[in-house]
Amino acid sequence: MNPVDEATPGIDMGSDERVRRRDGSAVLRMTEVEAAGLALAPSDPVTGEQADERMILNMGPAHPSTHGVLRLLLEMEGETVLRSKPVIGYLHTGMEKTGENLTFLQGPTNVTRMDYASPLFSELVFSLATEQLLGIEVPVRATWIRMLMCELNRAASHLLFQATNGMDLGAVSMMVYGWREREEVLRFFEKVTGLRMNHNYIRPGGVAADLPDGWQEDLRHLLEIIPPRLDEYEVLLNNQPIFRARLQGVGVLEPAEALALSATGPILRATGYDWDLRRDEPYLAYDQVEFDVVVGTCGDAFDRFAVRLEEIRQSLHIVEQVLDLMPDGDFRTQDKKVTPPPRARIDESMEALIHHFKIFTEGFHVPEGEVYTAVESPRGELGCYLVSDGGPKPYRMHIRGPSFANLQTLPHLMHGRLIADAVAVISSVDPIMGEVDR
Amino acid sequence: MSETDTFADEHEAAPVASTALFGQTVLHPVRDAYVATVESLRDEGYCTATYLTVVDYLTHPCRTGLPEGVEPERFEVVVGLFDHARRQRVRLRIQIPADDPTVPSLFDLFPGTEAMEREAYDLFGVCFDGHPDHSRILLPEDWTGHPLRKDEGIGAIPVQFKAASERR
Repeated sequence: MNPVDEATPGIDMGSDERVRRRDGSAVLRMTEVEAAGLALAPSDPVTGEQADERMILNMGPAHPSTHGVLRLLLEMEGETVLRSKPVIGYLHTGMEKTGENLTFLQGPTNVTRMDYASPLFSELVFSLATEQLLGIEVPVRATWIRMLMCELNRAASHLLFQATNGMDLGAVSMMVYGWREREEVLRFFEKVTGLRMNHNYIRPGGVAADLPDGWQEDLRHLLEIIPPRLDEYEVLLNNQPIFRARLQGVGVLEPAEALALSATGPILRATGYDWDLRRDEPYLAYDQVEFDVVVGTCGDAFDRFAVRLEEIRQSLHIVEQVLDLMPDGDFRTQDKKVTPPPRARIDESMEALIHHFKIFTEGFHVPEGEVYTAVESPRGELGCYLVSDGGPKPYRMHIRGPSFANLQTLPHLMHGRLIADAVAVISSVDPIMGEVDR
Repeated sequence: MSETDTFADEHEAAPVASTALFGQTVLHPVRDAYVATVESLRDEGYCTATYLTVVDYLTHPCRTGLPEGVEPERFEVVVGLFDHARRQRVRLRIQIPADDPTVPSLFDLFPGTEAMEREAYDLFGVCFDGHPDHSRILLPEDWTGHPLRKDEGIGAIPVQFKAASERR
């Protein structure tokens, strides 16, 4: 976990890695029907010989360590995983199609349900895209509130990872601790947004409400209790030989391989590749706060765990700075095009009532155009490609889910390892299936 | 629009129309020059393919933003590439006619597009030539239709449960 100052782009692609991807020795590329046939009469795909040792094992979608409903087809030889195929889609509800039938104001209610462990990031990226198409400026305070909430959400999401990662590896007490600390953060969210998840708090034009009275005290309380507990995690996990043995050297990914497979976020950083959109493509006010980009050295499951643990500290460090730097002002834009009139005006003015009614029934019209925005979510680059035809609803909304792309690394990480390591690998990739399937 | 000149210079072999929107560079290669353009961009330093998706312009055919000489078609494959060293993104929009929705796969250049191309095929029915596993990814393997197309209505397909005996 030594921070590397310089980015290391242009890494030469190892030729053997290229072959490994193309010849499919790690990725099982076959349909379920084919796999079922193979499971009955196992034979070597190259020589055609009957190999009794080789079999297709189905893992999931209801397996507890598959983080929701990920299903894996594993080609096994004894205990060793040869090829594998992640089977996804069990949570597919057509949210991109739904997004085309909701107004831009309703959009965040939809996208927030994608990555349910870090909902605020989906809302943020959708709002940023809409605002860019609209060409509106968001007040400074709204930007800082967004940043504050997102960093807390990153901490909450990584705490959830610490909990599930611990449990997957047999450190069951971590499950309790991780959820306990996350709960503290969610309690703050509930106070600010009214909800513990699926907040619909970040909206085009700003945020839904200003921070409640006493938010500073709540944050100071958080900053007081969480860091010592992170130190406890280190004692519990980092210094635990069994935990280390389960993770170190398991599921090693090369930087070039990660880039080729479009992996982002902690997975990419754990390989030692110094890349974080918050620093390298600053959005919100990340250029005005200090934080370290945490990188690993070996790209194994332990590094992915350690990167996330340290990122919680960095997020809290940002929160600490936001406490002092939070500017005054509006929490949403006063552009009448997207913001309804104040409640008091509605009682006095017929026009204000009509205006309010129009915004919430028809929605505001967004100029024609297409735009791509990206933010660094806890899982990597979360992007939104938004096309508007000039109407009140998006013509097309595509969410580039980091988990969806990161999942492609699974077969390569598990290749040639024991099936017990598969659990550690899935856990360390930390996919959120709601975002994978959308 | 200085971007236009830069890209015209760098891609003399296959000139590619380019536009800029909100400071984002958009290239509009024709379908035949698509892979060659991506390859030259990769050699230039665009090290990762961030996203790949499709837009169905069935009900919005006369969109703006296309440069002169680019004939609008029903489908558009949208690919985002990222050059980390120069901190630059580029977006490619490739016009795909409705009667032959086929494009070459980017798998050999960017293996990370494998799942994205499968998703695009699954939801839009755009085919990717040379893809190693050209199959559905989100929907069941025996599904018919491509739901994100604009002519697939909402609610046209009743919600299916496992116990339901009738074919959707």
